[in-house]
Amino acid sequence: MTILVVLIPVALGLGLIGLAAFFWTLHSGQYEDLAGDAERILFDDDTPLIPARKTTLLPSPGGDMPATIAEDRTPS
Amino acid sequence: MIASLTRDDRDAAVLITTLGVAIGLLMTAVGWGDPLAVHGVIVMVFCGGLLFLVARNLNAPLPGNDRLASYYDDPTRVGVLLALTWAVVGMVMGVWVASLLAWPDLRFDAAWSSFGRLRPVHTSGVIFGFGGNALIATSFHIMQRTSRARLPGQIAPWFVLLGFNLFCIIAASGYLMGVTQSKEYAEPEWYADIWLVVVWVAYFTLYIRTLARRNEPHIYVANWYYLAFILVMAVLHIVDNLAVPVSFSGVKSYSAFAGVQDAMIQWWYGHNAVAFFLTSGFLGMLYYFLPKRAERPIYSYRLSILSFWGITFFYIWVGSHHLLYTALPQWVQTLGVTFSVMLLVPSWASAGNALMTLNGAWHKVRDDATLRFMMVAAVFYGLSTFEGSFLALPPVNSLSHYTDWTIGHVHSGAMGWVALISFGSIYALTPVLWRREAMYSAKAVEWHFWLALSGTVIYVFAMWNSGLTQGLMWRTYAEGGTLRYSFLDSLVAMHGYYIARAFGGLLFLIGAMIALWNVVMTILRVPVLVPALDYPTESEAFEPAVPAE
Repeated sequence: MTILVVLIPVALGLGLIGLAAFFWTLHSGQYEDLAGDAERILFDDDTPLIPARKTTLLPSPGGDMPATIAEDRTPS
Repeated sequence: MIASLTRDDRDAAVLITTLGVAIGLLMTAVGWGDPLAVHGVIVMVFCGGLLFLVARNLNAPLPGNDRLASYYDDPTRVGVLLALTWAVVGMVMGVWVASLLAWPDLRFDAAWSSFGRLRPVHTSGVIFGFGGNALIATSFHIMQRTSRARLPGQIAPWFVLLGFNLFCIIAASGYLMGVTQSKEYAEPEWYADIWLVVVWVAYFTLYIRTLARRNEPHIYVANWYYLAFILVMAVLHIVDNLAVPVSFSGVKSYSAFAGVQDAMIQWWYGHNAVAFFLTSGFLGMLYYFLPKRAERPIYSYRLSILSFWGITFFYIWVGSHHLLYTALPQWVQTLGVTFSVMLLVPSWASAGNALMTLNGAWHKVRDDATLRFMMVAAVFYGLSTFEGSFLALPPVNSLSHYTDWTIGHVHSGAMGWVALISFGSIYALTPVLWRREAMYSAKAVEWHFWLALSGTVIYVFAMWNSGLTQGLMWRTYAEGGTLRYSFLDSLVAMHGYYIARAFGGLLFLIGAMIALWNVVMTILRVPVLVPALDYPTESEAFEPAVPAE
């Protein structure tokens, strides 16, 4: 079963990619507001299609705290 | 369509399609006298047709900058229509091959119409043609909406969608000519496989680029399901299709693996195609369109994320349950069985989560056939994942394997889960995409729902009965210790079930035709919804008109 020498590393590699992605989500504050995240997809009624104001992510002073959202209301 | 492309986009489209024509020409020249030449001509015609379309409108008026304030929905629209067209084609082939099993004369004695050539046209047609286009179209929609960002470019989505359809056409036409590498769900030969890798890399980059542009800090869970589908399918496709072409001027190639090694690779691919193509991406659809249509958030968003990571980490290990009682080492078989049983947890978490979301909105399920499509899809998802874990248990597998029970199981998943969630999503998506109030005919959606449900139930029950009968007949011994029934006896016993199966499939096909008709009529007949605005605008994105200076 030499094929397992290929298959098991490939499967483990995919698992590791998944794990890395999971840790990224954990550390980038993806899970900070789950209730809000689930609700917000219901609000896009397509008019106006994309919010005209730009939102930018600002790192918080603490470092590992979730990023705060700043809204740039200057007309573009 | 072309009016929304910028000058650079049009130039890029001309360049890419010209390159396609050149590649087609090369394939025809090099592969003269081989099916490769036929595929070369198909590539030329496909790319040449697109080139003609773009070139004819090359100097059409350019789009305004206000397009950047809206989502880019043209590829999604075409994707929805392509998905339904492939659904009808694939299901016509399905009814045909099902009828062939009941009435073998329907072959009309031609080589191209033998069961072995038509069946992959059916499987690839429905899985890749219908399922794949539905996945690509809905992913374009969902990635933009949940990110609140427009697609990063206008050429990449077209390249992905049309390139994928070129792959599907090459695959289906190849089967009819007998071009196949005989790997289930991975039949296309080496050159088609290489092309799919190119398309798939473009798809993955497009997804990541859209997410990178997002105006919404959180990446909604549906995107994770789609990303897993794209990434894992790429790896599976590349590993399973490793092959050595006999020559670059012909279609034939030989797999890089042999014997049980090849079987292990094939079912590692095959089961994960079910897992990541037919499950993961469609769960993404479910997690977006079900809450949207029910107008309430998913019951437990936390659980949806947990089940995503559960599915991601468990599924990749279960392939060996397709090879129980074979030359595969015992521990590899046991590993597959163990993970198959564990998979029940994340699978039922998703199915339960979907149904609990509807708890309190059952009146909507009663009144709205679109939502009912999604509800029944979640039920079938729960049923077929339970059945999958059950069939992976060795004692059950010894009865069920190689019988029609497997086909019944696959179709309860493919028709009951994958197709129903796709139809539900398409019905929810169509009015949004074409800015219409609702579908052309709500009654037709209702008809489609009941046709699809009864077709599925008839099909699945026929195959369960047929499979159990086969399995039991094959293991019945006479007093002297010999087998009681010959194989032919079991075949005769199947006849009635095979007729029932073809009938169930026919009902399902009629439903799909109604869906295509309903979507086309929605586009043609239902008036465009104009939002009530307090400012004048001629912009498609409803941006306020800029005063003249």
